[in-house]
Amino acid sequence: MSISAITQTPSSPTGLMRIWKRYPNIIIGGAMLAIAVFAAIAAPWLGTIDPQTIAPFNRLEVPGTEFWFGGDLVGRDVYSRTIYGARISLAVGLGVVVIGIFFGLLIGILSGFVSWVDQILMRVMDGLMAIPSILLAVALISLTGASLKNVIIAISIAEVPRVARLVRSVVLQLKERPYVEAAITAGTPFILILWRHILPNTLAPLLVQATYIFASAVLTEAILSFIGAGTPPSTPSWGNIIAEGRTVFSIAPHIVMFPGIALSFTVLGVNLLGDGLRDIFDPRFVSRT
Amino acid sequence: MLALAIRRILATIPVMAVVAIIVFSLLYLTPGDPAAVLAGEQASIEDINRLRSTLGLDQPFLVRFSQWIGGVFQGDLGISIFSQRPVMELIVQRLEPTIALTIASLFIAVTIAVPLGVIAAWRAGGLIDRMAMSFAVLGFSIPVFVLSYILIAVVSVDLKLLPVQGYVPIAYGIGPFLEHLILPALSLGIINAALIARITRTTMLEILNQDYIRAARAKGLSVRRVLIRHALKNAAIPIVTVIGISFALLISGVVVTETVFNIPGLGRLTVDAILRRDYPVIQGVILVFSATYVVVNLLIDLSYSLFDPRIKY
Repeated sequence: MSISAITQTPSSPTGLMRIWKRYPNIIIGGAMLAIAVFAAIAAPWLGTIDPQTIAPFNRLEVPGTEFWFGGDLVGRDVYSRTIYGARISLAVGLGVVVIGIFFGLLIGILSGFVSWVDQILMRVMDGLMAIPSILLAVALISLTGASLKNVIIAISIAEVPRVARLVRSVVLQLKERPYVEAAITAGTPFILILWRHILPNTLAPLLVQATYIFASAVLTEAILSFIGAGTPPSTPSWGNIIAEGRTVFSIAPHIVMFPGIALSFTVLGVNLLGDGLRDIFDPRFVSRT
Repeated sequence: MLALAIRRILATIPVMAVVAIIVFSLLYLTPGDPAAVLAGEQASIEDINRLRSTLGLDQPFLVRFSQWIGGVFQGDLGISIFSQRPVMELIVQRLEPTIALTIASLFIAVTIAVPLGVIAAWRAGGLIDRMAMSFAVLGFSIPVFVLSYILIAVVSVDLKLLPVQGYVPIAYGIGPFLEHLILPALSLGIINAALIARITRTTMLEILNQDYIRAARAKGLSVRRVLIRHALKNAAIPIVTVIGISFALLISGVVVTETVFNIPGLGRLTVDAILRRDYPVIQGVILVFSATYVVVNLLIDLSYSLFDPRIKY
């Protein structure tokens, strides 16, 4: 099903208008993500100051013309921190997608082709999936220490089983296809079968899955920072800014609201993009959880 | 057939075993010295060594694992480093708020999601459908704590309708108990409703295209009767399954919501344990939550025969 779906992808030169008409989610979601990416890359030139600069007179300052998003508990500029926060969130999203898909692909292909390995790996994956991902990440980070790298690794480990299961189910289906059977019978080298037949067919479902992983990783990072198991507290990540604003929420709600909006905006964009891609590819294996 | 049910129950044993092995091995698998990380930056060498022997890290892996797993079977999850009390005792003390919050959230999620999904499928492509699905995407995207703070700002701070935070045990009166539970359960319920509403809609859409639905309409049954008696009943299995899966979301949501609303439940226990680097507590909570998740999904599997008589256990 995914094979025919790929060939149906609209790809004519005038495609953008047609995509907009048929899949508005891709355009809207893509634009929202692009804005977040732009903010992350161009952070120093967007009227920001050093996100760590402490200006005591700016403590809990309400949003105004000088400090657009107001000041936080110690007088740092919430606007600058929020804009720089995009860097942390997107780095986590991207890192988790790359690591999660790489290892998920490896494990999925391995268990799809080698049945005795499959038994063992799938039991391990079942066990990993039974542990709520936040708690798994919490345990890993409390043992390894809070750093951006450890946060990315911890969230990736929780995502690997989902990718592995997806890839495995694609491999198992493809193995039954006559052309793959024929290729195996004809003695085609395994690498070639992988490259020609398996990987191209995992691309579409993986692309959709990647958006969901990205969205969930960004949310998880924020939750981890919020509960104190994420990036070190001084890092201007959205979860950290919100966590710091928690205690003064009733008198200075802006500290929580602006990074909260940025976070929801980014995740919403990625989710819309993912839904749009899913509508095009319709990969039935992909599930959100 | 009892045999099938027993086989399904037995199938959870390897999963739980793997969970236990993973949870236990983390201490050994992580790079670096976990005792040093857990002891904190200000710890002296003696502190680290004391912690190492408390955690049993100075003993061989298998010795320590068999001691630990033997204890788990007797309900002994170890001793909290911070409070020096049994982890099991700490968990039992914190159970009530978490169970109350979970059940209330699940109730709210299902009450919102199932009707929404059914109506969206019935009016597929229409305004209600689009609004419902926009709500669902939004539900996936807003972090629980952001929604919680919006609700607190509007309902508690501006309108002063409900308390800002806190928890009152059910024994102290049902009124105050519910008053404190509504907002956290609503935040968590709305987020979880998104997933359930989407699955309900997708499943209902497939079923509404079936011939027997057309036949039921053709013989003059009311829309409501067809939707509920004929379609929803057949959509029950995927919906119930996704409720089981969403239970994982609910658990991580509980940790966050309890922090926002200052509810003394298992989530709050976890967060406090993180701040105090109290690894035995973290370990115990993970084990309890994972076991609950596995059992809930087992019960859901076993309940399939209730919805579909063709499935017999």
